[in-house]
Amino acid sequence: MLKRLDPGSPAARRGLSDIRIRNLFIIPTIAFLIVFNIFPLVYSLGYSFTDFRASSSAPPSFVGLQNYRDLLADEHIWNNFTVTAKYVLVSVGGQVLIGFGVAMLLNREIPFKGVITTLLLLPMMMSMVVVGLFWELLYSPSWGIIDYLLGLEGFDWLSNPDVALYAIAFTDIWMWSPFVMLLCLAGLSAIPRRLYEAAAIDRASHWYTFTRITLPLVTPLLLIAVIFRTMEAIKMFDLAFIMSTQETAELIAIKLYRLAFQEWQTGPSCALAYMVLIMVLAVTNIYVKYLNRAKAR
Amino acid sequence: MNRTTWSGVLAALILAAAAICASASKPAAAADTLTILWAEWDPANYLQELVKDYEKQAGVKIKVETVPWPDFQTKAFTEFNARGDAYDMVVGDSQWLGAGSTGGHYVELTDFFKQHNVAKSMAAATVVGYAEYPPKSRKYWAVPLEGDANGWAYRKDWFEDPVEKAAFKKKYGYELGIPKDYTQLRDIAEFFHRPSEKRYGVALYTDNTYDALAMGVEQTIFSFGGELGDYSTYKVRGVINSKQNVEALKFYKELYKFTPPGWGKVFFLEDNQAITEGLAAMSMNFFAFFPALANPATNKNAKGTGFFANPAGPGGKPRFAALGGQGISIVTYSKKRAQSMKFLEWFIRDDVQQRWADLGGYTCNEKVLSSEKFRKATPYNEAFYQSMLMVKDFWATPEYAELLEQMNRRIHPFITGNKGTAEEALNGLADDWEGTFKKYKRY
Repeated sequence: MLKRLDPGSPAARRGLSDIRIRNLFIIPTIAFLIVFNIFPLVYSLGYSFTDFRASSSAPPSFVGLQNYRDLLADEHIWNNFTVTAKYVLVSVGGQVLIGFGVAMLLNREIPFKGVITTLLLLPMMMSMVVVGLFWELLYSPSWGIIDYLLGLEGFDWLSNPDVALYAIAFTDIWMWSPFVMLLCLAGLSAIPRRLYEAAAIDRASHWYTFTRITLPLVTPLLLIAVIFRTMEAIKMFDLAFIMSTQETAELIAIKLYRLAFQEWQTGPSCALAYMVLIMVLAVTNIYVKYLNRAKAR
Repeated sequence: MNRTTWSGVLAALILAAAAICASASKPAAAADTLTILWAEWDPANYLQELVKDYEKQAGVKIKVETVPWPDFQTKAFTEFNARGDAYDMVVGDSQWLGAGSTGGHYVELTDFFKQHNVAKSMAAATVVGYAEYPPKSRKYWAVPLEGDANGWAYRKDWFEDPVEKAAFKKKYGYELGIPKDYTQLRDIAEFFHRPSEKRYGVALYTDNTYDALAMGVEQTIFSFGGELGDYSTYKVRGVINSKQNVEALKFYKELYKFTPPGWGKVFFLEDNQAITEGLAAMSMNFFAFFPALANPATNKNAKGTGFFANPAGPGGKPRFAALGGQGISIVTYSKKRAQSMKFLEWFIRDDVQQRWADLGGYTCNEKVLSSEKFRKATPYNEAFYQSMLMVKDFWATPEYAELLEQMNRRIHPFITGNKGTAEEALNGLADDWEGTFKKYKRY
């Protein structure tokens, strides 16, 4: 508990009490949050119940839940949600499998372990836009190395509506698996050696050791990685926007951008933004619930 | 540090931050400077060169501020919506007329047009396309500045190769040359399409993020005798999904077969590269991008590159070209509207328009445009002149962006992704457009 300043203390001579220091740190942060986060959030919630168009000089009219009703009745929006769900599943699933797998491989004594780990982390240090443009070249049906390696002459990954989404998800997996790997590696290296030694003495199988020791103990960190990656995948914009314009790869964030800044349908776009926000919150809450349960074990 | 010192430091920081913000938010605060917003491309550089003459004559500095094409619309409308005075004038796309005028962002120039007879001095199609809204209302919101239309660049050296000519005549029964109609265009695209030689028939617009694909398809629709809709009554059912339009869409899709691989998301840059890299025999593009193709420094095939205007529709139907280009409007929120008006008075003068054309700008001035001097000035000016006599535009209603998005959404999967049929795509588009017009109470 913070105390008022003792008049004779050195702090009093400096003129700063603990309460004042606390306020100096907290008040600007709170003010910043209110001005740049809370205020726009509340303001846009108000807009989501209006027919406001930012490109028009006409004042907004209250339309109640009409924007939400229209969006939920729009088959294209459902398609965007379906595409996003597929993307999240493939991308996050891939990142978890590869990231965890690589972390398991690195969680042992191997030569140049530090250098290898650093090199593996390079993709996630790059800009999304650079990665998108770079992979666009790799996927090129004319000179891309992917077609060459797979022996698929002229196969058009990003203009093919059936595979464009998966091609983008693969790029995301390449970029962000190292993040999952890093967290898993931290979790794996924190598991006490004695547990494995005890399991070895009991002649426990590798599978048994993995499911009863490794997985439960690394789960909290793995879940944190999954939470971050899921949130990112739901609101993914850059990669998908740069790499393909196929309708089958139009994620909800891209639709939101088009609605808000190309069509200037401000009211409906605010409503859609809230729907996405609620979705992210719901998914995150489910994960957090599991995370707490895993921690409690 | 005591309390007084702390307060002093804090106050100084706040003042410094405020001063920085104030200076950063007023880039064009000088009273004798006008700022024009335009997209980042060569014509904007020509304009920056041209306005130096105005500075010499009128003592008013003009700054042409540019934004990359993909962000141009967003940047302009964000500024409009904020009622900002950072820009005094904007060289806006023709489709923006409805949103700019009805949204209250553009100053009405009808009196200016009457006073200076602008509707007569500028080519008729450019006045309709870049200045007038609503259609046929004789209300004007912009002065035509940069004329533009969709045309074609082609490999003249390939077309004139005797071996190719003989082979073409043998296969198709007529001389290889600039296509006279869309059927010939298709034949030539097919003839030169040789993937094994890394040589392809044609480069088309397919990007669906803004108006590229729509421009390519709409001019095909017009040339096939179709329409996008009735611009006066907003009737679209039975028009956008008419038989001619279905044929036109099928034709565009057929042409897509003869494009280079990975051509499902391309715009002007890639279509120019198709010529500079020796990929395609013919390439669709706006005339504003052709200077780079005629310049040996930017196109190693410049000597062998020719240009032509859109051919006639099948069976000799009238020729049409998608309208590009922009008019210059005065922004309502500018504090220098009178000065901007004076600049426009200077800009529309015949001698200034001639200088504009000499610098490389595509003038819309009727006299300059039709002069022999202009038509022979570059290898593409004659084709440009012909195109400007047959231009037709997309919807310019305030909700054009929604219409564009719906069109892209319907036709892009059909053309590039082989999804559904032309009939399904256009019937769906008729539903979408009718729904949008109903939403905005156009009926």
